[in-house]
Amino acid sequence: MSHEPTTNPGKIIRLALLGNPNTGKTTLFNALTGLKHRVGNYPGVTVDIKKGSFTHQGAEFEILDIPGTYSLAPRSPDELISVELVLGLNHLEPKPDVLLVIADASNLERNLYLATQAFETGISVVLALSMMDLAEKAQIRVDAKSLSNQLGIPVVPIHSNKRIGLEELKQSLLEAAREKKTAALVPFPNELEDSSRKVLGILGESGSLFLARRLLLETDGFLSRNLLPLLGDGLKQAVEAERQSFASKGINPVSIEAKVRYGWIRETLSPCVSKPSVKPVTWTDKVDQLLTHRIWGMVFFFLIMFGMFQALFTLAKPLMDLIDEGKAALGGFLGDMMAEGMFRSLVVDGLLEGVGGVLVFLPQIAILFCLLAILEDCGYMARAAFLMDRVMAKCGLSGKSFIPMLSSVACAVPGVLATRVIEDRRDRLATILVAPLMSCSARLPVYTLMIGAFLTEGYPDWFPGLILFCMYLIGFILAPLGALLLKRTFLRGQGAPFLMELPTYKRPSFRMVWARVLDASWSFVRRAGTLIAASMVIVWAVLYFPTNHPQGGTFPEKIAEAKTPEEKDALEAEWKKSSYLGRVGVLIEPVVQPLGWDWRIGVATLASFPAREVVVGTLGILFEAGSGEGEEVEQKLREILPKITRTDDPSKPLFNIPVALSLMVFFALCSQCVSTLIVIKQETRSWFWPVFTFVYMTLLAYVAALLTYQIGMMI
Amino acid sequence: MPSLDQIPVGTRGVILSITGEDVIAQRLMEMGVIDGEPFQLLRTAPLGDPLDVEIHGYRLSLRKTEAARVQVQIS
Repeated sequence: MSHEPTTNPGKIIRLALLGNPNTGKTTLFNALTGLKHRVGNYPGVTVDIKKGSFTHQGAEFEILDIPGTYSLAPRSPDELISVELVLGLNHLEPKPDVLLVIADASNLERNLYLATQAFETGISVVLALSMMDLAEKAQIRVDAKSLSNQLGIPVVPIHSNKRIGLEELKQSLLEAAREKKTAALVPFPNELEDSSRKVLGILGESGSLFLARRLLLETDGFLSRNLLPLLGDGLKQAVEAERQSFASKGINPVSIEAKVRYGWIRETLSPCVSKPSVKPVTWTDKVDQLLTHRIWGMVFFFLIMFGMFQALFTLAKPLMDLIDEGKAALGGFLGDMMAEGMFRSLVVDGLLEGVGGVLVFLPQIAILFCLLAILEDCGYMARAAFLMDRVMAKCGLSGKSFIPMLSSVACAVPGVLATRVIEDRRDRLATILVAPLMSCSARLPVYTLMIGAFLTEGYPDWFPGLILFCMYLIGFILAPLGALLLKRTFLRGQGAPFLMELPTYKRPSFRMVWARVLDASWSFVRRAGTLIAASMVIVWAVLYFPTNHPQGGTFPEKIAEAKTPEEKDALEAEWKKSSYLGRVGVLIEPVVQPLGWDWRIGVATLASFPAREVVVGTLGILFEAGSGEGEEVEQKLREILPKITRTDDPSKPLFNIPVALSLMVFFALCSQCVSTLIVIKQETRSWFWPVFTFVYMTLLAYVAALLTYQIGMMI
Repeated sequence: MPSLDQIPVGTRGVILSITGEDVIAQRLMEMGVIDGEPFQLLRTAPLGDPLDVEIHGYRLSLRKTEAARVQVQIS
C-alpha cells in the first residue's frame, strides 16, 4: 500500500515520533495525546510501541511512538520493527505521512544524526527541539529559524510540560502532511550515490534513498537477511554487486556513514548554533562530582537503594493490608448474603481471591514505578547503571539489570516489569528469567512459619535471623549465577555493546511520573490481571471438586452439620485430600518423600501454585489448624506442626529440622507464583519463557531441597 | 598510540581511529566516536569500569573492552 501525503481533509494523518533516548520523546507523546493511547501488537517484538491520537483544527492525527534510538540502522528484531514502521514496510500499519523527530537542543550534533536519516526516507519531516532550557543553561543558543532554513523543514522549539510550542508544532505537522517540503540531504561521495540510485531504481515504489543506502552500508547483513526476502529476488544480487563496486573505489562502508553525516551536521549547524568557547561548569558536572564519586557515589547509591526498598516495603504494606482486609470484608459480606454452596465458594474463595490476588500487587507496582520514573526522569538511573555495571558485567549482564533484580526482592512482578529499561534483548530476558529467584516478600510467611516452629526455641537470639538471612542469600547467589549460565548457554551471542548516555540532570516532571505509574499499573491489570484471576479460579476448582463424601452426601453439607470445630477441621482436611488436587498430591507422594515430605506437604505445595503464601493457609487446613487467614492460623500452626506425626510411622514426628529446611529451600527457589509467570509471558510475548522458568525453577528447587534434607539427615 | 582505556582520567585528546568493522565499531561511530573528534575522559566508575567520556558536548559511558578499540591522540 502506498500512502501519498494527503490533501483529503477527511483522512487521518499518520505520524511516527522518532528521537534519541532522553530527549523528552515520551513527554511529548503524552502531551500530544493526553495519555490516550494503546499498545500496538507486533509479533516478535518485546518493546511496547504506543499508538495515540489527537486532533488539530478538525484534522485527525494518529501517532506511533517509536522506541528511542540513536540510529535507524537495525540490528535486532526490536529495532527492525521500528525501521519497518517508519518506512511503512510493516503490513500492520500504513506508511506515516509525517515523521516527527524530536531533538535535544543542548546536544544537537548527536541528535541530528538520526534526523538526517529520517530526511532520506522521502517522508515529510518536522523537527521538534526539546530541552531548550538546558541548552540555555549550558550557554548554547539555537536559532530555530535559521536551522529550519538550513534543513529545509519546519523546526519548532517546544516545552512539553509547560505546553509551550505544542500548537505551533501541530500546525506544522498539519501543513507538512498537506504539502511535502524537501529536506536537505546529506551528500555522500559520488561512487556511493551512483550505487544508491541503482538500488533505489530496483526497489521501486516501496523504496527510499534511506533504504537503499542502508542496504548498501550495513556490514552485518541484518537488514538484508530480514527485509530482502520481502522485497523480492534480484535485489540481493544488485546490492552485492554495488557494494563491491564502491568498495573497490576505496569507500569503507563501515565508517563512511558516520563520518559523512557528522561532518555535514557540523557544517550545517555552525551558522545556527552558538556555543561558548569554554564549556561552563554546569550543575550536572557539580552533582556528578558527588554522585559518581569513588566513595560518596557508592554511599549515595546504597542510600538511595535502601530508601527505595524501605518505601517499597513500608509504604506498600499498609495498602496491601487494606486490600486484604477489603477482600476479607467483602468476602464476609457476600458470604452472609449468599446461600451455602458451590456458588458462594466460587465467588468468595475463587473469584474474590483471584481479583484480590491481582489488586494486591498494585501498591508495589505503583510505588516502584513512581520511584523508578523519578530516578529515570531526573537522570540518576543512568548513573546507577554506571556505578553497578562492573558488578553486573561479572554475571554477563549490564548495570541496567541491577535495579530490576533488586526490586525483585520485594516482588518479582514489578521487578520483571522494571526490566523494560534494559534495551538489550538477551540481557533483558536473562534478567527476567532469574529475577524470580530473588527471595520476594511472599516467601516470608513460609520462612517465618518454619523458623518460628522449629528453629527458634532453644537457639540463641541471633540464630533465627541468621537462618532468614541465609534464605535471602540463596537468591542473591543463585540469581547472578543463573544469569551467567543463561548468557553462556540459551542466551549466548553478541549483544549490543554497553554504550550509554549520561544525561543532564533535571527536575523530574510530575506529569511524566504520574503517566508512568498509571501506565504500569493499568497495563498490569489489563494484560496480566485476567489471566492471573482465571488461574486462581482454576486452582480453587481443583481443590473444591469433587465434593462427594465417601459416606454419602457432600463435604459442604457435612461441614455445615459439624458440631464441634475439631470435627469441622477434620472434615475440611479430608475434603482437601479427596479433591482432584489432593488426589494428585497423594499420587505424587513418592516424589516428595525424598525431600522428607508427606502427601500433606505435597498438596500444600501444589495448592500454592497461585502464590507462595497460600501454602500457610493450606497447611492450616490439612493439619487441622482451622481454615482462614492471617496470624491466627500461623500462630496455631506454629504450635501444632512440631506435634504432627508421620502417616507411615505415628511414633515419629513428621517435621524435624532437615524437613523444615528442605521446605524453606524449596520455597526459596520454586516458581509457585502464577502472577510472576504470567507477567513473564506478557513481557516476553511468549508462553515458552514462563514454562521454561517454571520447569527450571521447580527442578532447581527440588534438587536443592533434596540435598538439604539428605545432607541434613546425615548430620 | 594509546587507546581510550589506557589514558589517565582528565585527559583531553582527539579520536584517531576505531579498530574493527563489526557492529560495536558501528555503534561507537553512530554515537559520535569518529576520527578527528575531540573528547575528554572525565572519570571511571568507582569500581574502575566503565568510563565516562565527554564527546560532541554530551557524556558517553562505555566499557574498557570497547574503549580499547578506540585509538586516541592526547593533546
